[in-house]
Amino acid sequence: MSRANFLALGILLLLLGLWEAACRILEIPHFILPPPSVIGRTALLQAPLILPHALITGLEIICGIALALAVAIPLAMAMFAYPWLEKALSPFLVASQAIPVFALAPLLVVWLGYGMAGKVLMAAIIIFFPITVSLLEGFKGCDREFRVLFRLMGAGFWQTMRLLYWPWALPHFFAGLRVGVTVATIGAVIGEWVGAQKGLGYLMIQANARLKVDLVFAVILWLSLMGLFLWFGVGWLERKSICWKENH
Amino acid sequence: MLSVSGLTKVFDQQPVFSGFDLTVTRNRFAVLIGPSGCGKSTFFDVLTGVTAADAGQLCWQGKEVGHLGELAAYMHQKDLLLPWFSLLDNSLLPARTGGGDLHMARSRASQLFSRLGLSGYEEHLPHQVSGGMRQRCALVRTLMFNRDLILLDEPLSALDAITRKSLQSLLVLLQSEFDRTLIMITHDVDEALLLADDLYLLSVKPMAIREKIVLHGKKPRRFDDPELLSMKDTILQKLQGDIDHVSC
Repeated sequence: MSRANFLALGILLLLLGLWEAACRILEIPHFILPPPSVIGRTALLQAPLILPHALITGLEIICGIALALAVAIPLAMAMFAYPWLEKALSPFLVASQAIPVFALAPLLVVWLGYGMAGKVLMAAIIIFFPITVSLLEGFKGCDREFRVLFRLMGAGFWQTMRLLYWPWALPHFFAGLRVGVTVATIGAVIGEWVGAQKGLGYLMIQANARLKVDLVFAVILWLSLMGLFLWFGVGWLERKSICWKENH
Repeated sequence: MLSVSGLTKVFDQQPVFSGFDLTVTRNRFAVLIGPSGCGKSTFFDVLTGVTAADAGQLCWQGKEVGHLGELAAYMHQKDLLLPWFSLLDNSLLPARTGGGDLHMARSRASQLFSRLGLSGYEEHLPHQVSGGMRQRCALVRTLMFNRDLILLDEPLSALDAITRKSLQSLLVLLQSEFDRTLIMITHDVDEALLLADDLYLLSVKPMAIREKIVLHGKKPRRFDDPELLSMKDTILQKLQGDIDHVSC
């Protein structure tokens, strides 16, 4: 284990220890703040209850990411290919970030109902922007000398995109995707809070209403683990995709 | 073979060169030497079509052309190898982008790898080999363009002295064994004297040919020749005089 990992683990254990000690010494009721040991036990014992909801939320997040990618990648390419398109769309893209996306959640329920569609769209809306912007910046960051070389080789735009721009922008793309997948979880859960019949957000609302705070925390733990899984999944994909990178 | 007449390029109402004339005959190694910032790179940009000339004419084998973008191969001071492709795939880029027969190109690239001492390194990534090997791979790629004219933009300036010496021999090989015509821009007097058949001494902006020196003898030349040493001093004095004149 590296020194950094050791330190991170140490900090985590210290915080959990302080939390556990505070709950026991101050005798805080479990319905206000349960200690980590209780949360951990609930997360394990209630797994049969949590798992089906986690699968739904996970599916919403994955579909949201897929939808965002399906729109962001072609859009970033088109904006790069046609600078006038970038100029025309940039104000809208920036303005879209000024809208509090969470405020859209109730509207999405009205328009798309209580099913998965609204949550998928919510997750997609949240992660679409960082992916589009980072990919576009990646394309634009390509060195001029390489562009000239491809031009002299007689390569067309799409050929240059495939052989040069896309691999060049991959590190930027993954940086955007890493940010995106972690916030996608928030998007899906907020969507479920507003109106759903399944999912971890729905389960949290139900547990909260019954003062089952340990279950709320257990769900948060599951959500965190899902976020971490996605984060490391993207990291793994990044290492596989850009294994050519020096000292990667 | 290549005739440039009356070429003019103006930036911000300042002429970089005005009415520039140059004729390079077949299988000659023409070197344009001038102080940094005199307009050499802009001249190459105009030749390759990266930027348009404001006036003037380019003739290639007797026919007027807009630029040499698809007629000349290009070798830059950076090796410009794509880090995600192996050395072999990098050398095959001109064939892939130009729609050539990949099978034939592969076999030709293998021969060139062997000729330039790169055998056994075909599948290595650029960061896994030395700077000299990368530059030799860039040389293979330049030859894979299959174009009679090669434009060299200070191709050895980023290399250490030993690697530079070995690549100077390879550049001579390009001319003698592969029957290419070369135009190189540089500010390195030693390199120019070692390699050139026709040495064009350039003035500072607006760039013009202030003197043409025709060199003889087997290349790469050796610096124990007193005539060459005295020529180096003269050229340096002229270049320095030009810079001092502008400073005053």
